[in-house]
Amino acid sequence: MKEIRIHGRGGQGSVTAAELLSVAAFEDGKFSQAFPAFGVERRGAPVQAFTRISNNPIRLRSQIYTPDYVIVQDATLLETVDVASGIKDDGIIIVNTTETPESLKLNTKARVMTVDATKVAMDIIGVPIVNTVLLGAFAGATGEINVESIQHAIRARFPGRVGEKNANAIQKAYKLIRREEA
Amino acid sequence: MIDPAYKKKMVVVEGSYAVAHSAKICRPNVISAYPITPQTHIVEDLSQFIADGEIPNCEYINVEAEFSAISALIGASAVGARTYSATTSQGLLLMHEALFNTSGMRLPVIMTVANRAVGAPINIWNDHQDAIAQRDTGWIQLYVEDVQEASDTLPQLYKIAEDNEIMLPGMVCMDGFILSHVYEPVVLLEQELTDNFLPPFQPENILDPEDPKTFGAFATPDTYEEFRYLQEQAMQKALPKIEAVAKEFEEVFGRFHGGLIEGYMLDDAEVVVVSMGSVLGTVKDVVDEYRAKGEKIGVLKVRSFRPFPKKQVCEALKNAHAVVVLDKNISIGTNEGALFIETKSCLYNSKVRVPVIGYTLGHGGRDIRMESIEKVIEETKKVAKSGITVESQFLDLREELL
Repeated sequence: MKEIRIHGRGGQGSVTAAELLSVAAFEDGKFSQAFPAFGVERRGAPVQAFTRISNNPIRLRSQIYTPDYVIVQDATLLETVDVASGIKDDGIIIVNTTETPESLKLNTKARVMTVDATKVAMDIIGVPIVNTVLLGAFAGATGEINVESIQHAIRARFPGRVGEKNANAIQKAYKLIRREEA
Repeated sequence: MIDPAYKKKMVVVEGSYAVAHSAKICRPNVISAYPITPQTHIVEDLSQFIADGEIPNCEYINVEAEFSAISALIGASAVGARTYSATTSQGLLLMHEALFNTSGMRLPVIMTVANRAVGAPINIWNDHQDAIAQRDTGWIQLYVEDVQEASDTLPQLYKIAEDNEIMLPGMVCMDGFILSHVYEPVVLLEQELTDNFLPPFQPENILDPEDPKTFGAFATPDTYEEFRYLQEQAMQKALPKIEAVAKEFEEVFGRFHGGLIEGYMLDDAEVVVVSMGSVLGTVKDVVDEYRAKGEKIGVLKVRSFRPFPKKQVCEALKNAHAVVVLDKNISIGTNEGALFIETKSCLYNSKVRVPVIGYTLGHGGRDIRMESIEKVIEETKKVAKSGITVESQFLDLREELL
């Protein structure tokens, strides 16, 4: 089983990202589970959402404390939230930032990867909503999910032009983090 | 990997949506709901189905409070309508008085309760206190473990409740947030199969101006006791019916979630963990770890809390060396949870002699981690070896806050 924790701020679509990830994993033939860290959500406040992916039915109902992967939508969270908390040593943390992984100085043995998802979102979608873009980066960085499955999940959730733009942005982020494109 | 043939039937949806879909497929005639917090997406999704014309021959009544929500269903059920609502927490508490009326008038109203804590202090998160507080209202209570079971139990409960020998209301109790807000793959209830499985509601007695009858009228000391006796008799008849309907459901749909109870790794278990609801999934994961080490730990899921399956519980625990009961509720003044009390009670006059301890946990959404379940099992192993030291206690208390 792989466990993913998504950090964001209220309104950035962390829960939607977790849900889309679970749909994409299911597309790939895996069992999945997505849920928010239930709280009194407010726009702008730090929030978390979780996804589990497994080859077997998922029965575990606790929150995720030792994730394999962490996605950080907003680098300003690093000042107040320990996004590396509990991550496995061979895990990956993906941060949306213009900075390099080293400059973030995260206290972790896990691999830190960065992607300027905000730029990708602005260039392709036209709005600074990075949740779907980061799923493309996730597919590229981890290989846990086919990027096509994520694109399929987005198109199903947001039919038409919005879904199409998001699918393109996902492709871009996928290639960026795999350094297949500058 | 998911079996590709099975995957074709599944979709990833929110728990509330799966339940709303299931309610729709059961062909209700009247749905009532009070749409302000505390509520769930269940009634929101149902109002969308109604707006989209997807539920034929159904009236959706937007009421002004939960007391009205249940009252509307009492009237509707009395004239022969199949009825549904969903509620939670304080909303369920506000229904309390009328829950007795529903059962006393022998009306098979069905609700889904997304179990949540009750105030004060204000708390929106999961535990079982809201439904446990309705224990003695004469409603059937089935507690479910996952979204598939929450969805599949609805048609089962209609079939049980509407049986002319039973005629009692019932609630499907699903963990609020943990199941109501989770996205996971489920098979949405199939219309054609459900139509075969669940016949239309055909009560023997209905309110009808052409053939006037009185429901819930005055009963003096000369007759009141007999009404209570018959309610209890109906609950006893529900016991075998719950088992039979679960098996019938399996034959039609190919899915089984247990009847009154369901064991997991139980047959040779020396230590048995007893509980209800979604925490069972976490417990089973922990038990798998113990089994991998060769330790004989098992799980007893109690699916039916009312009626309580005394005989089945005693039988299931007869070979255990020690039992631990996990309750997401507390009967304040006993320091014990309701399932713990019930389990001890049914064992007392039986031939089964086994020490039973209890933990009350997960209050107001306190997350239940695998480590906590391991701690519970370790304590119960000690009880098996050297007897009880603490009979019942809170788990995961934050001593620094006291």
